[in-house]
Amino acid sequence: MEEISILLLFDVLVGLTLVWLAWQTLSSLDLFRAIVLFIAFGLLMALAWVRLNAPDVALAEATIGAGLTGALFLSALAQLSASTKRKDEENKIENS
Amino acid sequence: MRKIKLKILEKKPSLFTRLTLGILMFLLAASLAYAVWSLPTQALGLSAEVAKNVEMSGVSNPVTAVLLNYRSYDTLLELGVLLLALFGVWSLGGVSANKSSFVNPILDFLSRFLVPVFILFSGYLLWVGGFAPGGAFQAGAVLAAAGVLLFLNDWQLERKYSGFSLRFVLVLGLVLFVAIGFGFVFLDRVFLEYPPQLAGGLILLIEAAATLSIGISLAALFLGRDPSVKSDSKIDTGVHK
Repeated sequence: MEEISILLLFDVLVGLTLVWLAWQTLSSLDLFRAIVLFIAFGLLMALAWVRLNAPDVALAEATIGAGLTGALFLSALAQLSASTKRKDEENKIENS
Repeated sequence: MRKIKLKILEKKPSLFTRLTLGILMFLLAASLAYAVWSLPTQALGLSAEVAKNVEMSGVSNPVTAVLLNYRSYDTLLELGVLLLALFGVWSLGGVSANKSSFVNPILDFLSRFLVPVFILFSGYLLWVGGFAPGGAFQAGAVLAAAGVLLFLNDWQLERKYSGFSLRFVLVLGLVLFVAIGFGFVFLDRVFLEYPPQLAGGLILLIEAAATLSIGISLAALFLGRDPSVKSDSKIDTGVHK
């Protein structure tokens, strides 16, 4: 009985943290922070899938959802920041 | 890294918009909650059918049996979607190569150690998929992670491999899947139906090809451009002057 209630507490905690992380990810104005939160969300989601007895989905979520999508987002952000930097420099040259 | 902020969100929408959105979201959440609560607690589903016929599928892991045998059409389409996504990225012209002269020595050392382990683990996931959690997509993703590590170290695919060889591996999974699927149509079976005594081997063959294709596709998506196009010839998309 004791063990069940501890597991239930854990599940509720994971569920609530997932909702909170999702909200933080979507409402974050800083894109780098949003990506890091997204990766954290993916890893916790994988844990939730394990708790739901779906280890296959958990594996896919951890590798593709958190790992590769996160890496893709980070590389896109690096490209984005490089291109806005270039644009800013061009604007500065035009203005002077 | 410079901080990039979403400018569009800096201006708060009007009270009316927020109120309307809030009500709509509440209605959506309420109907979702109602749908979840009204689900039958003892759903029959198809799991009994799957368990009954799993011996016919050639694998003992029911998830792999569903993905590669009963519902292999879905997996086939997923491979197609992944390939289309890569074509989409390539057709955008690609981003200019991010030339960083500095290669982190720790990352360099670590990836020399980790990349072979990743490749081995990818093979393990592929093999274990027949009877335990694992399979082509997971194995492909781990393979892609090895590729991402290599790209982070400024590794480049040799030019002689970046043309036909790369494209061959990219389409291999889908082509083999379709070929095997159609192959048995001529032997009086329906599309994507395998004979039970051959199913195990065929599934492993398809999954092996799919793992390669998925891994290379995902790694190529991370690279973001066609490696056979010269990286230093910057393609101007015309978005900025």
